[in-house]
Parts: sequence; C-alpha cells; structure tokens
Amino acid sequence: MRGATHARWAAAAAAVALAATACGGGGSNGGGGGGSGVVSSSWGDPQNPLEPANTNEVQGGKVLDMIFRGLKRYDAKTGAAQDMLAQKIDTSDSQNFTITVKSGWKFSNGEAVTAQSFVDAWNYGASLKNNQKNAYFFGYIDGYDKVHPDTGTQSADKLSGLKVTGTDTFTVKLNQKFSTFPDTLGYVAYAPLPKAFFDDHAAWLKKPVGNGPYSVDSYTKGSLMSLRKWDGYPGTDKAQNDGVDLKVYTDNNTAYTDLIAGNLDLVDDVPASQLKNVKSDLGGRYINTPAGIIQTLAFPFYDKNWDKSGSEKVRKGLSMAIDRDQITNTIFQKTRTPATDWTSPVLGKAGGFQDGLCGGSCTYNPTEAKKLIQEGGGLPGGQLKISYNADTGSHKEWVDAVCHSVNNAMGDDKACVGNPIGTFADFRNQITQHKMSGPFRAGWQMDYPLIQNFLQPLYYTNASSNDGKWSNKDFDKLVDRANAETDRAKAVSLFQQAEGVVRDNMAAIPLWYQNGSAGYSDRVSNVALNQFSVPVYNEIKVS
Amino acid sequence: MGRYVIRRLLQMIPVFIGATLLIFLMVNVMGDPIAGLCGERQCDPATATQLRKEFGLDQPVWQQYLTYMGNVFTGDFGTAFNGQPVTELMGSAFPVTIRLTIVAILFEIVIGITLGVITGLRRGRPVDSGVLLLTLVVISVPTFVTGLLLQLLLGVEWGWIKPSVSPDAAFGELIVPGLVLASVSLAYVTRLTRTSIAENRRSDYVRTAVAKGLPRRRVITKHLLRNSLIPVVTFIGTDIGALMGGAIVTERIFNIHGVGYQLYQGILRQNTQTVVGFVTVLVIVFLVANLLVDLLYAVLDPRIRYA
Repeated sequence: MRGATHARWAAAAAAVALAATACGGGGSNGGGGGGSGVVSSSWGDPQNPLEPANTNEVQGGKVLDMIFRGLKRYDAKTGAAQDMLAQKIDTSDSQNFTITVKSGWKFSNGEAVTAQSFVDAWNYGASLKNNQKNAYFFGYIDGYDKVHPDTGTQSADKLSGLKVTGTDTFTVKLNQKFSTFPDTLGYVAYAPLPKAFFDDHAAWLKKPVGNGPYSVDSYTKGSLMSLRKWDGYPGTDKAQNDGVDLKVYTDNNTAYTDLIAGNLDLVDDVPASQLKNVKSDLGGRYINTPAGIIQTLAFPFYDKNWDKSGSEKVRKGLSMAIDRDQITNTIFQKTRTPATDWTSPVLGKAGGFQDGLCGGSCTYNPTEAKKLIQEGGGLPGGQLKISYNADTGSHKEWVDAVCHSVNNAMGDDKACVGNPIGTFADFRNQITQHKMSGPFRAGWQMDYPLIQNFLQPLYYTNASSNDGKWSNKDFDKLVDRANAETDRAKAVSLFQQAEGVVRDNMAAIPLWYQNGSAGYSDRVSNVALNQFSVPVYNEIKVS
Repeated sequence: MGRYVIRRLLQMIPVFIGATLLIFLMVNVMGDPIAGLCGERQCDPATATQLRKEFGLDQPVWQQYLTYMGNVFTGDFGTAFNGQPVTELMGSAFPVTIRLTIVAILFEIVIGITLGVITGLRRGRPVDSGVLLLTLVVISVPTFVTGLLLQLLLGVEWGWIKPSVSPDAAFGELIVPGLVLASVSLAYVTRLTRTSIAENRRSDYVRTAVAKGLPRRRVITKHLLRNSLIPVVTFIGTDIGALMGGAIVTERIFNIHGVGYQLYQGILRQNTQTVVGFVTVLVIVFLVANLLVDLLYAVLDPRIRYA
C-alpha cells in the first residue's frame, strides 16, 4: 500500500492548500445598512478612475457630485447654473473672463480652495499626458492645442489662457467667443483639486478628497464606497443625512429586490422588467422625472446612399413612420416621452426647449411616411438596418418595435430589421470607423443644461460627437453667431434657429426624451433626481 | 507516483499557453476596446492614442501576447481600465468564489452522496422514485429560475435571508447561493452515486463481505461506497472548475462580486487584461482539480496506481 499512502498524502496537501487560499480573503468591514442616519444606495462600478476630468459616466459622476463643488452648480429643480464657489465671473467680450473665487472654502483635508486649485486642476485635466477622457472640455481655453495636440506630443504643460492673478482671482482667455461659457462651469470636470491630488496621486485615487458636503470614509473598489457628512463643509447645501453608502450591484434587479426586502434605501435605476410592478410595490415612493437625455437615430452621412438629394425626404418619412406614443407607452411604461425637438424638456422654454419644433415630421402618419420615402427614392439598399449594441440597456426591444412600426407603414415585412452588435465597445468602434451602412442608435446625455450642449457637439461639422459626419454651413454659421452673442436670450434664439436647420434636413430622427427613475424605502424622504437623473443625495432625510 | 505528478504538471504548460493565446486572440478580434471607454461620444484622437499606448494596444497582437506572458511570469497581470491592477481584482474576486464553490461542493458531497446511497440501497422503493423525480425537476429547471425563486421566497416574502450578499460574502451568507449553484450538479451526483451503488451491491466482494458477517455499516462505507465513488469523484473534480467559472448567473442574482462578475465586466468593457488574467487562473484551477481527481483514484482504489 505504499503508493496509496503517498497518494493520500499528496491529496491531503492539495486540499489543505485550497482551503488555505479560501481563508485568505475577506476581512473588509462594510456590508449591512450602515448607521442610523446613513442612506444606502445602489451603485455601479465606475468604468474609469475617479478623477473629475476623467469621469464621463453616471456612476463615477454620482460620487464626484457628492464630494466636489465647483464654481457653479445646477439647480436640481430648474437646471439653472447658480454661483457656488464663484463670487463673480466678469466678461466684456464673451472671450476674456475674470473669475473671483469665494474665500473661506476648504477641502475636507483642511487645504484652502484658491484660484490656484482651479487652475492646477484645469491644467491637469487638459494635459495630454494625463489621459483625461474629458480633456476636450478645456478645448475652448486658449493654448489647448499646445497642451493637447491632435497628434504628436504636447509642447506645453499649462494652458496659456489661464492666469492666476491673486489668491482668489484668475483669468480665462478663450480661443473663440463663447457667451455661455460660465454656465458650463458647473460640470464636474471643472472642479478644483487639492495639492494632495498632485503630491500623492495613487493615494488620492484610493480615497478621493474633495470640497463637497461629503467626504470619503472608506472605498473598497468594486463593492462599496462609504461617504460621510463632512461637518466642516462651508456651503449652504449641507448634507441632511449622516452619510451615504454606495453599494455596487451586479444587477439592478438584485438592487430592486433588496429595496423591496428593506435592505436598501434607494435605487436610482428601476429595471425595465419591474416597471409594471413598481407602483404596487412602492406606491408613492417611485420617482419618474424627465432627465437631460434624448434618444435619436443617427445616419451615416459618409455613406453616399444617405447623403444624396432627396434623402432628407426618406429620413423625414422614416421619422413619420415611427409610432412613438405606442412604443413609449408599451415598452417603456411611460418612462420615455415622445420627442418633438432635438433638445430636452429639462432646459425649459427659456433655456431653448421648443415643444413641437419637429412638427408633422415627428407625428405618426404611416400613409404620408410611405409617400415621402418613395418620393425620396426609397430606402437605400432596399432595406433599413438599425444598428444597436445588444449588451446593455435593453435596446433590442425598442429597435424591434421601431422596425415593426416602419414595416407596417411600408406594408413590407422586410423593410426594416435590427442589427445587433455584441458589445458597446464594438458598437462604438464601428461607429468611429465609419462602418455604419444604415441608421444607428444614438443617445445623448447632456453635460450641462444648455441648448448649446444638445446641438454643437452633435451636429457641428467635425464636432466630437457628430458620429454621422453631418455637415451644414448654415447650421455652423448660426452656432458661431450664437456663441458670440453676449445676450443670453438672443444666443438661445440663434441656437433655436440652428435647430431649425437640423429639423429641415432631419439630420437625426428624434425618438424620445428619457426619464430618470428611482425608488426608495420608507426610511428616507425628500428624495429627488436632478436633470442628470442622479439623486440629490445631500437633500435626502432619514427618519 | 512522483514522476506521474511531474509529468502531469509539465503537461500543463502547453495547455496553459494554448488557452491564454486563444483567449487573447478572441478578445482582440472584438475590436478596439478604447472606443467604448469614452461613453456615447468619440474619444478625442490624441487621448485615444495615448491610452492605446498605455495599455500596449498599439503593438501587433503577437507582441502584445509575448509582453503579456512575460509579465505574467513576474506576477504582473496588467491593469484594468479603471486603473486597478488585475491581481487586485483577483485578490478580491477569487476568495469569494472559492468560498462559494466550497459551499456548493460540500452540498454536493453531503446531500448528493447521502441521497445517492439511500436511493441506491432502496432501489424501486417510494424513496427512490421520489428522489429520482425530484432530481429530474432540479435538472430541468434552469439555475436562474431556482435562484430568483429562492431569493424572492426566502429573501423578500419570508425574510429568512438577505436577498443580496454583502461585499464580505461570509460563509453564512453563501449557503443559499451555494445551494442554488450546486443544485444541478447535486442532482447528477445523486443519480451517479445511486446507479453506482445499485450496481456494486450485487458484486462478489460485497457478497463476500456480507458472508464474512461484517456489520452492515462497515460493508456499506468500507466496501460498497469506496468502490462506488470513483465516477462520482471524477464528476465532482471537474465540477470544481465548472462551478468557479460558471457561477456567473448565481453571482449576478445574489450580488456576489466574484470571478463570474469580474469576467462579465471584463468582457463587456472588452478589457483584455482582466479577461485573460482570470481565464488563465481558471485554466490552472481546472488542471489542478483534474490532477487531484487522478490522485484520489489511488486512494479509493489501490489497484489504480501510477508508476
């Protein structure tokens, strides 16, 4: 039995080794519902490292919104940009700005917030070598092309347009007139950064330090971030609760189940499959409010079939063939509103939202639709293929519904089909390489509540998110004029004229405005979503 | 014996290289991962180039692979897109999944083999038919149905457990998810043991043991069970790897931040480093589990020996 004894020994040793590795892990505290006044909320794992100029998605933005305050802040109800750290922002020509920072503000580690904190942060964000994904936000500032050239290496480390003129003052020189520039400063990319950020970057990323109403208590990447009320916060929007525990969920269905079971206080993304039950489950504790998000169908204008004379008739016809009311009611359970312009209702009338601007072109009319498409030369290639990414966001359902609607209007079962693409990365990949042969899903979440943000990045010639490569001289001219206009109301009206050009050419088919949806437990109250569909955490009260 | 183990360990090398290369190529075929990093908008070209350089994506695939493998041997599995080293992700994910797997395997061994022995000894009786029917139901119902149902009943309706597992994922919290994960395999273990026991019950050595007047318990545990376990051990051994890599459905339902979740995120974000790193470790787990099974054979049946 010698052999057997040996084998037994080997097996036992291996088993011990396996068991030992199992005991090695764990040990973090976390878990549970936190303290008495602490709100627990669902969260998704942020895609990028948590830095203000590097965060371009909602999950990371949520945290930054709690731990940072910038020069401006958007009112959660009206969306208007209000002074936060800015004492005043002066300009006489819409191109040179003098910014005065309020004194007495501090970061939660005790450092003072000065003009230098902003200038350092902006220079860091713009610099090519720091790989910041929101670097283009600084593109309007003079000297950006040196700090962040399109190709090659940077020839300067600092933006020449930024100058610190005193402890609390600095000047900004833009490379073009941009009248609404101060209103963009509420965006998180413009947040100030403490010296600690530059001194020990790795440590800062492990536990970010900001100047907002909350400070980071502990951060276990990928599972839990505990934020606690910062008692030294000098602002007026102090936290109404003791803190927020952001818990990463693998699936928003699980988060919803946890909410129903009383394990979680707040879910800011009610899964589509639960929308039918949400009223009976939560009663009045369900929020469904408009957010600054619009879904459109974009066209590949680099493809000749889509950019010939008469094809605007085809695009208008397609728009008329889509039964928006039915799709938003049945598939989205009224969490989307049929779009009638290319902006968002959160802007308000004064901000440039124009209900019904699209007119007849966005009204369901199958007979007229068929007529227009035929007048325009029919569907390019005989069939419409709508591309979308199939991995997230349940896009398949609505794309199929849109196609169904188009097929009905055309009286042809094969007029329109969905073209699923496996992953979001691959979808974006094909878009940026101009490989689209037909319309594709396009979603736009605003960066700041300005009509400019709904038009310029999407439709201006060669703009950053002009994925369809649409180009129109009249549109570009109107946008330039609007940006140069110092009077806000006139600027907005010029942007609306530009939007009219988009309409006349049907540069993209507006589908619907997206709502933010959230549900909360009876332990918390005063819950609201802002225009970015992010909960206003500091206002939440715990009973 | 020692030579056998060494030979088996050497065999791992080509399997290891082949598997990583395949995964590497598959992830790369999906296109440029940087495109998905900037959300709905296009990354500005300069930043995209810079990021590509940082992650080594500007090199030809074969060179990326060589660099990657070189780094792996020094214990560097690269960096995920969120700036976290992949080893750190593994450090948080694997212990959780290993705990979950241990719970699942324990269920398989304890419940599966016990039920198998009972039914095997009472073939054709009501207990046997009942368990057979039950296992048939368990096998035919998909895991996500069982998982969601248990979560709803135990977690929401009756409030016996928390519907989701905390980041700690202690053993106690993993009992229900472990049972869900084990359910299908458990049914197979029951059926395998049952058949094997029923077959060996009629064999000569059992008859001899009974004729010698040995106590029934000793006949069953020492003679009958020991010989009947070989196919079961084979199954459970290969199941270790399958459970660790395939726990994704269970992990999603119960909010367990384990290997399945990390792999899923890695694939969605097309993060080569994460996906290849995790799969590499899973391949090693598979190989080691298979080796263990082979070694256990010799313990169970001394006639099976490796020179």
